Amino acid sequence: MDNVIRRRTPGARLARAALYAVLIVMALFYLLPLLIMLLTSIKPLDEIGAGTLLALPEHPTLAPWVNAWGEACTGMRCEGVGGYFWNSFAIVIPAVAISTVVGALNGYALTKWRFRGSELVFALMLFGCFIPFQVVLLPMAQTLGWLGLSSSRAGLVLVHVVFGIAFTTLFFRNFYVAVPSELVSAAKLDGAGFFRIFWRILLPVSAPIIVVSVIWQFTQIWNDFLFGVAFSAHDTQPVTVALNNLVNTSTGVKEYNVNMAAAMIAALPTLVVYVLAGKYFVRGLTAGSVKG
Amino acid sequence: MSALEIREVRKDFGSTRVLKDVSLAIDSGEFLILVGPSGCGKSTLMNAIAGLEPVTDGQILIGGDDITWRTPAERDIAMVFQSYALYPSMTVRQNIAFGLEMRKVPKAERAEAVERVADLLQITHLLERKPAQLSGGQRQRVAMGRALAREPQIYLFDEPLSNLDAKLRVEMRTEIKKLHQRLGTTIVYVTHDQIEAMTLADSIAVMRDGHILQLGSPDEVYNDPVDMFVAGFMGSPSMNFITATLEGQVGDYRLRITTPEEQELVLPWPADRVTSELAGHLGQQVVLGLRPEHFSEQDARLEGQQEGTLLETRVTVVEPTGADILLRLPLGDSEVTARVGPKCPVAAGERLALRVDMGRAVLFDPQSERRLA
Repeated sequence: MDNVIRRRTPGARLARAALYAVLIVMALFYLLPLLIMLLTSIKPLDEIGAGTLLALPEHPTLAPWVNAWGEACTGMRCEGVGGYFWNSFAIVIPAVAISTVVGALNGYALTKWRFRGSELVFALMLFGCFIPFQVVLLPMAQTLGWLGLSSSRAGLVLVHVVFGIAFTTLFFRNFYVAVPSELVSAAKLDGAGFFRIFWRILLPVSAPIIVVSVIWQFTQIWNDFLFGVAFSAHDTQPVTVALNNLVNTSTGVKEYNVNMAAAMIAALPTLVVYVLAGKYFVRGLTAGSVKG
Repeated sequence: MSALEIREVRKDFGSTRVLKDVSLAIDSGEFLILVGPSGCGKSTLMNAIAGLEPVTDGQILIGGDDITWRTPAERDIAMVFQSYALYPSMTVRQNIAFGLEMRKVPKAERAEAVERVADLLQITHLLERKPAQLSGGQRQRVAMGRALAREPQIYLFDEPLSNLDAKLRVEMRTEIKKLHQRLGTTIVYVTHDQIEAMTLADSIAVMRDGHILQLGSPDEVYNDPVDMFVAGFMGSPSMNFITATLEGQVGDYRLRITTPEEQELVLPWPADRVTSELAGHLGQQVVLGLRPEHFSEQDARLEGQQEGTLLETRVTVVEPTGADILLRLPLGDSEVTARVGPKCPVAAGERLALRVDMGRAVLFDPQSERRLA
């Protein structure tokens, strides 16, 4: 809040009240889809057909969630999205970890160990941020084939690492460029080498940008559908692909409650990450320099 | 054998030559100051000594060993940076011990070194703090402590005081001088502050455009400058340069100074300061260099003595500094600054008789700016 002292006139109070009213209404409006998803996911199917979207459930039930997790049909199989949920983690965790580590090393090398052409390398890496995913689908499929990684989780990890490095390098490069280079000079004189300086001097001050990189990469990779659908087999599909298959399975009645529950399950991890680390995300993005 | 020797070091950044065949040598225990304006190459030279910038050509020797192509870690030097460059994630203790740790010094010895240095710099109570919790002066001490812990052959100081406020800067300057006297360390110190250079150095290298113009003791550089740049750079307020005509005959020279609206002034050039170069400039224009303290108010007791030359002129500005008074007065084609005692009873616009100490004056060639006498 500003700390300017003002006399509150009745007009000003009214304006302030109106402002808050508008903000609250907008916030509720944006929360509406989430609310409808949540309500629908705990209603029995007959209530969904009978009532309105916003009606509270008369007989709330967790059955759709259980169904979505372990029984619902995704294409030919009827095992729910649970297995694919763990698939996603098995892809996301190594991909986030590797791309963050490589991005940090790249950013460190590009700012503190400049070499002839390092700016060009950075410009080319930056270019990688703008390559549309569709362009690389075929060459990537070919490459994965050559590497013997087709339809495997390791293959998806590789794809996400390759794409993520452009962004993580950008993040870390822009963060490290603001860290005084004299720190590195001092450490060199003290006798530390490339990795020692990174590990002991740079990494301990990198927490804000690591958080940014992890959140960004986590949401990107978790929410990815295109690479997931293109480069996975049945048993290596991420949860986004399974969700799509579940919703599109066209046998019998549309089980909206199960669909909604599955969608909630698929969205939950990114929500949790934002809630837990969201404030660090903003802080990290705005962190210009390291205060000595 | 010199503690540090630099032989014809050259450094190019692209097509720009920032160090042009720089050579110098200092003895063990000597305090060398590299001084000059921004962009003169002094920091580049320091980085070359530290091994942070590879040189294009030439040799650097420490204690007789050619270390030109060794890494910074292999050179046995320590450096104090302008920004202090304290590792932000480490405590003061860890900062000081880091260099020893990297050199695999046993833990007990490390602890001993930290205690010794902390005691020396009176920072024992700060050892567990992080750099962010320290004031500017404290950070400065820690930065020096980090350098001192390793006891290298040479210490490099890169404008270490320029981030401190004026009062602290003077205190730390004295402290560095005391430290040097006590430890007898070999120090190369970069600064653009000529007062720091004068007060600290055993020898001063005045640099400009990648050259060392003059290398000498503070007294030599101050009183016996090789050219107008060195003369003007050292000293504050800086030396006055007055255009004059060299007259007379070989062995008996006079300087004629024409001041608009004032009578002409003819100053005799002392016979013991005549050089062979002067003969070639007879009848030509020369530049007379006079420092502010070479003027003094005419003292009744000295009346009739021949050691100075009288100058009577109208004072335009009076600037009392407390310890003394700076006067601005027209002389020749420009205004000059004179430093007189604090009790000098003069106001702006009044006429004043000043004695000029020609025994300490210097003469320059106006074209080449080189020293003539």
